[in-house]
Amino acid sequence: MRVTNKDAAYIADLAKLKFSEEELNKMTNELDEILTYIDKLNELDTEQIEPLSHPIELQNVFRADVLLPSTPRELALKNAPEKTDSYFKSPKVLNQ
Amino acid sequence: MTVKYEAVIGLEVHAQLQTNTKIFCSCSTKFAAEPNTNVCPICLGHPGVLPKLNEKVVEFAIKMGLATNCSIREYSVSARKNYFYPDMPKGYQISQYDKPICENGYLIVHPKNGKEKKIRITRIHIEEDAGKSIHDQGDHTLIDINRSGVPLIEIVTEPDIETAEEAGLYLAKIKQIVQYLEICDGNMEEGSLRCDANISIRPVGEQKLGTRSEIKNMNSFRNVERAINYEIKRQQELLEDGGKVVQETLLWDADANQAHPMRGKEEAHDYRYFPEPDLVPIVVLDEMILEIRKQLPELPEAIKNRFILQFNLPEYDADTLTQSKDVALYFESVAKLVRDPKLASNWVMVEVLRILNEKKCKLLDFSVKPTDLAELIGLIEHNIISGKIAREVFAIMIEDNKKPGQIVREQNLTQITDEGMLKDLISSLIQKFPGEVQQYRDGKDKVFGFFVGQVMKESKGKANPRAVNNLLKDLLK
Repeated sequence: MRVTNKDAAYIADLAKLKFSEEELNKMTNELDEILTYIDKLNELDTEQIEPLSHPIELQNVFRADVLLPSTPRELALKNAPEKTDSYFKSPKVLNQ
Repeated sequence: MTVKYEAVIGLEVHAQLQTNTKIFCSCSTKFAAEPNTNVCPICLGHPGVLPKLNEKVVEFAIKMGLATNCSIREYSVSARKNYFYPDMPKGYQISQYDKPICENGYLIVHPKNGKEKKIRITRIHIEEDAGKSIHDQGDHTLIDINRSGVPLIEIVTEPDIETAEEAGLYLAKIKQIVQYLEICDGNMEEGSLRCDANISIRPVGEQKLGTRSEIKNMNSFRNVERAINYEIKRQQELLEDGGKVVQETLLWDADANQAHPMRGKEEAHDYRYFPEPDLVPIVVLDEMILEIRKQLPELPEAIKNRFILQFNLPEYDADTLTQSKDVALYFESVAKLVRDPKLASNWVMVEVLRILNEKKCKLLDFSVKPTDLAELIGLIEHNIISGKIAREVFAIMIEDNKKPGQIVREQNLTQITDEGMLKDLISSLIQKFPGEVQQYRDGKDKVFGFFVGQVMKESKGKANPRAVNNLLKDLLK
């Protein structure tokens, strides 16, 4: 096994996901299978090869610094589950 | 035996760039707009939207890199920094990680001990700002997305800083440079310039670094220095008592003059950086760097040295006058119009800066233009008014928005240089104060000042001081 339950629980925590023990076991196994499969790539010697960050060879796609109208606030807030007239509301954040 | 400690400090400075639009969308970056009015699906982090990089952000970052002696990376890559916070709706911040746009720069600062100090800059990278959370509203947190996507550069130093003073000087220099480059307004109170400090201490001579803490939320120059001194002292006392420094993030509380540990899980970060798949790499070729270098304005250090050479100013004056770009430009305009640049320097440093401070006014909005101040200084240089009267005229210029020549004519302030008139005045004073005259003649030199004061009083300050001095010396003999 490459991935333990502890690893899976850590990743779930980072993603703010909660799993039952049974679900966590399943996730652990699936993650392990995926990583073992991907691990095949490590058989290749890539020592001398620059890591590729993008599969397409494009570069410098820029936008001019020109102002365009924003979304009306009413529309921006429309899909929010909780809101005031002017703000999004989220559950109380305790930090700070 | 007491161990001597030294502090090791690194700074991370965030500067909001003064672009018209955000880094990845065409919404306005304007500060203090109505909440959630400068937003669109991109900065709101709606699913499926794609960021498009603002070209000005790249240009501004390169400008800052060149102004801080960095090398500009030919190939730099955006990266996702993953964490959850309500004011960052995408669930990640687009930043840069292992390939930042600028690297390996430095700035030199001059602490009071006289030894110049080189502070190395590890990197400058571009990233987006998060939105704003408002915590003190009932049982919810309110979120304003206006600031989300405002472009930032983050400037990171090596741990080269040893004192709060050096940190303050470095920060002042960063502020000065971003203002000269006109890429950031440098306002710490409004948060357009923000500073975090990593601080550790170790016994003098020790090579290994101590455990560091990070202090955030220092929103003024004064607070940065106070917070650093506070933290150095706290760590030292902890070690002296046999304790250990814990690696943690502290928030500076300016009112309590203390730093408090940040609570909760927010500290335990695992950002899982990876190359941002939605943005292509930035490739900066030499021609682009050359082009931007050509546009760089004269930087404060260069202007300071030029003022010393060209106008023969003391270093202190040149330093004070170049703290902000508009003051430097103002002074230079005045200096070119008068005979004595040092006199112009005194007037700008003392009178102009004092008024701006008192009125909380910006130089751009100041009613006395360089030509007006030069005219006033000209009146002093041509012995038409004294320095003292000139200060009165200056006050009237500000009040009534009139030209100095006009004020001097209207109020009949022209200096009395006419020897006959002054002689008559002094003779009458000699009659009036025989006792004082005798004291002076008996060798009490101090009484001389009394007579100067009397002449000035009688002439309502209009007597030419040099003429008065010379005549008094003759007539009191």
